[in-house]
Formats: sequence, structure tokens, C-alpha cells
Amino acid sequence: MDLYSLTLAEVAKKIKAKEVSIKEVLDDIYSRIDTVEPKVEAYITLTKDKAYERAQVLQQKLDNGEDIGPLGGVPIAIKDNISTEGVLTTCASKMLENYTPIYNATVINKLEEAGAIVIGKTNMDEFAMGSSTETSKQKETKNPWDLDRVPGGSSGGSAAAVSAQMAYASLGSDTGGSIRQPASYCSVVGLKPTYGLISRFGLIAFASSLDQIGPFARTVEDAALMLNAIAGHDEKDTTSANLESKDYTKALVNDVKGKVVGIPTDFIREGISPDVKEAYDKAIETLKGLGAEIKEISLEYAKYSLATYYIIATAEASSNLGRYDGIRYGYRAKDFKDLDDLYRKTRTEGFGSEVKRRIMLGTYVLSSGYYDAYYKRAQQVRTLIVNNFRKAFEECDVIMIPTAPKVAFKFGAHDASPLEMYLEDIYTVPVNIAGLPGISIPGGFGENDMPIGIQFIANAFDEMNLLQVAYTFEQNTPYHNEAPTMRGGNN
Amino acid sequence: MKDYEVIIGLEVHAELKTNTKMYCNCSTEFGADPNTHCCPICTGMPGVLPVLNKRVVEFATKAGLATNCEISRFSKQDRKNYFYPDLPKAFQTSQYDLPLCIGGHLDINVNGEQKRIGITRIHIEEDAGKLIHDAYTGDTLVDMNRCAVPLIEIVSEPDIRSADEAVAYMQTLKSILEYLDVCDCKMQEGSLRCDVNLSVRPRGQKEFGTRTETKNLNSFKAIHNSIEFEIKRQIEEVENGGKIYQETRRWDDAKGIGYAMRTKEDAHDYRYFPEPDLAPIILSEEYIQNLKDNLPEMPHIKKERYMKDFDLPEYDADILTSSIKTAKFFEEANDICNNPKAVSNWIMGDFTRMLNEKEIEIDESKVTAQNLAELISLIDKGTISSKIAKQVFEDMFETGENAKDIVEKKGLVQMSDEGAIKEIVQKVVDANPQSIADYKAGKDRAIGFLVGQIMKETKGKANPQIVNKLLLEIINK
Repeated sequence: MDLYSLTLAEVAKKIKAKEVSIKEVLDDIYSRIDTVEPKVEAYITLTKDKAYERAQVLQQKLDNGEDIGPLGGVPIAIKDNISTEGVLTTCASKMLENYTPIYNATVINKLEEAGAIVIGKTNMDEFAMGSSTETSKQKETKNPWDLDRVPGGSSGGSAAAVSAQMAYASLGSDTGGSIRQPASYCSVVGLKPTYGLISRFGLIAFASSLDQIGPFARTVEDAALMLNAIAGHDEKDTTSANLESKDYTKALVNDVKGKVVGIPTDFIREGISPDVKEAYDKAIETLKGLGAEIKEISLEYAKYSLATYYIIATAEASSNLGRYDGIRYGYRAKDFKDLDDLYRKTRTEGFGSEVKRRIMLGTYVLSSGYYDAYYKRAQQVRTLIVNNFRKAFEECDVIMIPTAPKVAFKFGAHDASPLEMYLEDIYTVPVNIAGLPGISIPGGFGENDMPIGIQFIANAFDEMNLLQVAYTFEQNTPYHNEAPTMRGGNN
Repeated sequence: MKDYEVIIGLEVHAELKTNTKMYCNCSTEFGADPNTHCCPICTGMPGVLPVLNKRVVEFATKAGLATNCEISRFSKQDRKNYFYPDLPKAFQTSQYDLPLCIGGHLDINVNGEQKRIGITRIHIEEDAGKLIHDAYTGDTLVDMNRCAVPLIEIVSEPDIRSADEAVAYMQTLKSILEYLDVCDCKMQEGSLRCDVNLSVRPRGQKEFGTRTETKNLNSFKAIHNSIEFEIKRQIEEVENGGKIYQETRRWDDAKGIGYAMRTKEDAHDYRYFPEPDLAPIILSEEYIQNLKDNLPEMPHIKKERYMKDFDLPEYDADILTSSIKTAKFFEEANDICNNPKAVSNWIMGDFTRMLNEKEIEIDESKVTAQNLAELISLIDKGTISSKIAKQVFEDMFETGENAKDIVEKKGLVQMSDEGAIKEIVQKVVDANPQSIADYKAGKDRAIGFLVGQIMKETKGKANPQIVNKLLLEIINK
């Protein structure tokens, strides 16, 4: 039986019912990885020994009649910027190619409390900076739907692993779209929760006020199960919200009658490829047909999100990445004549060009004489964008927009222009700026039969509404049932 | 030669004596083996986040209240970015434009004159680690125990005009911080450090001269001497038509010279921005009022109380209250023996002399407040004379034994039996007719000789007042 093609919910049930042993599930998934991974290259590290050890412990518990948790025995992949104790965590960078954390990120502890098994660390854009996973210094991850195309980024490995059925679910991180955009490129569910819902302790920081960890899964139900496991206040993270916990599986109701879906026509402009526009229009009709009220809303400041983002995110990143200096851990240059030289050489050799570009940008916008005009102004515009969304949610329950302006592009398509790469995030970035929850779910296929994602956005901490609308859309469309064919790859 | 005015401002860093560090649970204890009081958070490992230690805010607010500052109801922390091996995150979390305390002052006393020194601000920030240079291998070693130990930075207005004023300011500030029990103020351990900003200008000139900054002075002596040196240097330079460079300087106390640091001093752009991992610090009125209501009695208030309640002269009261440890000792001893003048004299006299010789503090000596009180009681009761008491005290200081035991062991109980003394007085008088004659002839010194003889006979134990009384009685008969 192809266990790997089951959903997370299904395999968790089977394990609990003892229809299949946890070891069998692991054997099956690692065998799947052996088959498919050479083509897709989603994983940087596989943690077989640890996984089988855990499997033994969990099976023992289960056999004794103990509760092993809602994710008991389920194999999960983790993006390589999330700290895993004793397991290499590289951020796909030369700077951390030999770095092994001595502690677990809070989300890892929470996943393990829920019974999940970490089976490996996945590929990403270096330090989460990118929209294609092409800046990884480890390997090149392919889109399982077309091996000549990018899986999206920066959580390309996590998206591809779930899409190619090499994991039941995975964790990624989203700062400007890094979960949602690859989810849309790879036709899986990608959820970025409200900023503050998930602890950031142990997530190797890119942009502190924008980063958020979230799950990739094949269904909205699976995403809700993952969310249940990782959500919640962490006293080690001052920015994590202290709210009453919710059971997100209660949102899995197939009904949108009376829900108001906001369409921001002033924000969706030209630049969307026709196939995406078509899928989007179709989605609107689908929801209308299911009884939702479609309402035009205004997001007049959303168009400034990209500029705001590239100032705030790079500023925070330039500071967060200062610690990579070759002194305490990570890469250190071999020959240097003094301290300055050590710093310069280590960071020149340890960082890739996109990372350097963003550090320079960030340093510039914070520098004396420019702080007010750039950083301060961007934060002020941020408030306008936050208020914009807040006002919009007075008139609707969720907002719906495409996830990405076009389908996955071919490798190297944006090599000539980093700025063009930045434009890929145009519909995902506003959500991070405003700290809101956003989800991308399979919404059809477009040019070259490549997947298109539809994105829903809800008000802060309103994941219940978000999941309900997403679930209903999913249950009434066939897209999530398709599996990638892994064509191409002759380059 | 023109008359020059010296403008001095002090930046003082005080380590707050919280049990744990500013953003993590590591111990702040001084003197541990290198890199043993560390964790992923204070060593800036990838992925960690800070959580502010509430007591840091409490201690800093107390310092602000005790120095008459306005406490900010809303303040925030900011990142100060720069690269150095003792700074693991490559930024120091500090406070930039919205500090916790603003606009205070403290009053100093220099050569009998009172002066008010303004305090611009007090803010909280984390300390950096320590770099140790291994002379043998030439390597530089990083000890991160001190990383993220909480500090307050107290910035004075440039109101100080001399080395004496600077030292007085530091002493007053140290006293306040000790009274609040927010800092152990051990300058030699680095828990209290001082940077001196100094410039000179011809008297009457409106513009300030260029200032230099001398960093990390860790004793009052160093502060005093480095200031005198720098004043002299700057005046000489200006007089000779030279230029004062805005530079960072160091002071070599052993050699008695100040020198500019060799590293190039570009004006650092720290690219300050609000720390996104920490919430702003918002204090309620109740919080601030509660701290205010529970502040301990401050040095200058205590001094006035001593003068009033115990009828002590200002000079004495000043010394007793200059250190909370001394004040505590004084009060405890006085509570027992109820003789403030005596306690004061003992502390200010022999006791302090002996503490200084041994280079220890009052709470480090073997003599407890109870011990001293007991000694004074013995004198007051007439059990021993004050002369004998001095001997007893020396023993007490050496051994930590209490006065009663020492007196008993050494048989030092004062002889107060008038009958017995009278016999000896008579004996001495009879044996020294010449002295009697001398005295009667007007040589008062002769009495002293006779008293000395009597004391010799009694091995110093005779009660001196009784001796004098009986001697005069007998002579005048």
C-alpha cells in the first residue's frame, strides 16, 4: 500500500488503530524519498537514526495503551532554518554549513509533544531570502510538477517534499510569502498564521517583525491538525500572543453561506498573467455559487507593501545577520591578518550575493541621515497598511486574492534582475506587513499545466474563519486531488 | 596665561545586582570560570530571542526615583549595532531616544560647599563580554559570562568643574546606589565604571571646547588623577596653539599617564532602531508610586536624622551615612548600647583606621555591631577604662571574640574598689614626696607622673576617674 499518498489525518488514524506500525510508516516514507528525492532534491539532511529511535519509543507507548498525541508517529519535514537539537541546521548557507544547534526550537518540542517524528531538514533560499530556493548553497530543489521549474521560495524544500509525497506535512517560514508562494507553485496547502500565534524561538531570524512559522500540508484538514500542534504562547518569545487556545479542526465546516468574501479590485492590477486571472475569477464564481457574498473592498495602501517590506525586512535582517562573524560558530575564513580582515573575509565568503544585497540595503536604510526617510517612513506606511486591512475586515470575513502573479518560472528566469524576483511576492507581502493570517490552497492549473494558488486572508487571530472558507473551497474543487507527475528535468 | 574653565560630564555604568541576566536565566555572579554562566540566548546563537528581566526595570526605576528623575511611562529598547568579539549578537540592546528616566539631579558637597549636578538621563542596557589577552600565546580570548548582565547608564549634565567635584559626584552616586541595594558598586570588579568627558575653554567663552572621552576608570583615584592630567594636557595644548582632537582615551594608573587609543575612531554609526523582539516598557502610575513609597531612607535624609536625633555634628553624620554598610552598622550598634556619640567615635577612629590598614569593608571585619555595642556598654558601666578598651578592641578585630570574653580571659576588669585604690594611691604618694612638693609648687605635670605610677602598680586596671579623685583628695588633705 502506498502509505505515503495518504493524508496526515488518514495515516495518524491508521497508526492509532494499529492497522500499521510506525516503523512501517517510516520505512515507507524513506523508501519514497529514496525513489523521488534524486529528482526533486528537497532534503538537505535526513534524520533516519533519530526518527527510528522515536518510532520505537512511540510504538512502545502506543502498545501500552498510552496516548501518543494527535500527530502520533507521523513523519514531518522541517525547513532548515528551524533549530533542531543535535541535527545540522544550515539555513542553506555556507555560513552555517557545519552548525548544529544545542537546543530545539519551541515548535519542534511542540510537534514532538504531539507525537510527530521529524524525518529530515529541507532546502530553502539562503537565510530565507528569496522566492525560488535558487539561492540555496546546498542544492537545487525542483518543482515536482515540472523539474525544470522552481518550487518557489524561500520554503521550496518543504513545499516540494509535501507535494511529492515525501512527507505528510512540513514546517516552513513565511516573511514575505515564503510559505504561501511555494505552496501555490507546488499545489499544496501553505498556511502563514497570524504574527504572534506561533513561537519564533528557535527560528533563525531573517526579519523579526515579519517572520512566522507555518505548515505545509496536502489538505486544509491536515494544516489545521498541524496548527493545533504548534500554536500557542511561548514565554521564551515576548512577541508570541497569550490567548486562549483553540481547536482549529472545529473550523473544518463545509459551508460559506453568508460569509462575506472581500475582493480588493484596486489592488489586483495588471501584471497578473491571464491564466491566474482566469483561475481567480473562477474561484470567485465558485464561492458565489456556494452562497458566499462577494464584496468589493478597497486596499488602497496595499500597493506600497513591497517597498515597505524591502525596507523593514532588510533593515531587520542586516541587524539579525550581524552575529555571523566567524567568532563563535559557523564558517570562519582561513587566512586573515587582523580582526577586521577576519570579519570581512568570513562574511564575504560565507554569505551568497542575495544575502549580501539585502544586508547592504538594510544597512543603508538604517544609516544616519537616511533612517528617517526610509526606515521610519516605511514603519509609518506600515501603520497605514495595517489600518487599511482593519477597516476592510469591518466589511468582510475574508479577503481573497491570487497567491502569485504567475505560475512557477524556469530556473534562472530572474537571474538578470533581482528586482523582478521581488515582484513575485507582490500579493503575499501585504499580509506579513499587516501581521495577518494567510493561506494558499490549490486553485487550478495554468500555463504549461503548472499549479495556481488561491490565497485567503483573514483578520488577526481569525484562523477559524480563514480555515473554514479555505476548507469549503477545497471540498468543492478537484484540484487538491491531483498529484504531480515529475515531468521534465532534462536540464 | 588665560584662566580656563573645565567642563566635565560623567557617564557611569552600574551593573544591577539582579540574580539573573537581563534577557535570560543565566547567573550574574562575578568571578566564575570563563563561559560557565552562558546559554544560547546570551551568547547570541542563531534563532534565540530575549525576554526582559522585570527586576531590571524595577532597579532602574528606583535609581531614577532616588536621583529625582522623571520616570517615563512609555519607553522602549533599541538595537545599537556594531561588530566586536565581546558582543555576540553584533548589537547591544540599549535605549536610544526614549530612555526609562529623564532629567534628574543629585547634590554634592565639595570642601563644605553644596552644588547640584544635573542628570540628563538613566537608561537600561546589556553589558558585553570580556576580552582577555593571553600574553604568552598572543591570542585574545572571549569570556561571555558578562554578556547580557544588566546595566544602567547614568549620564550627567556637563555641570562638573573639577576633579574634586567629579569624585564627590561618584561618591554620592555610589552611596545612593548602595542604599537602594541595586548595585554592589565594586569598582575594582567593574560593577561600577566611569567615563569622563572633558573639555576646556577660556573663561568667559560661550562655545565649548572640543571634548575628549576617557573610558573605563575604575577607582576614585584613577578618576581624580586622570582628570587632573587631562586638564593640564588640554590647557597646555591650547596654550601652545595645538588642537584638541575628539578622541577616546585611556588612563594608565600605574604610570600616571593618559593616552589616546590607537584604533581609528571613525564616528560610529550605530544604526539604532527599535528592538523588534521586545515589547515597549509601559509603567503604570501605581507601579511607580509603589516603588516610590518603598524607597529606603536616602543618605542625605539619614544624615539629617542623625544630626537631629543623635545630636551628632555634620562631619560625623556625613561620614557615617556615606556608606549604607557603615550606617547599618552604626544603627545596629546604637540600638543595643544607646550611645551614638561613642559608636560614632569608635567607627570614625580606631575601627576605620584598622579597616583601611587591612583594606576591608566594615561588613567584612570580624567585629559585629553587637560586639562593638557590648564593648561600649562595658566602658559605660565602668567595667573597663577606655584605655583598656582600645586594647580589647584590637583583640576583637583580630580574633572576632566578644569583649566580655576577652576582658575575662585577660583579667582586664577595671579596678573600681575605692578602698583598694586608696591604699595604692597612699602608697605611691608616700613614696614620692618630691612630686607632691612639685605639684604644690605649681607643676601640674607632677600629677601625671603620680597617676602613671599608680597605673603601673595596678597594671593599668585602676579606674582613672577614681584614681584622680582619690589622689587629689589625699594630696589636698
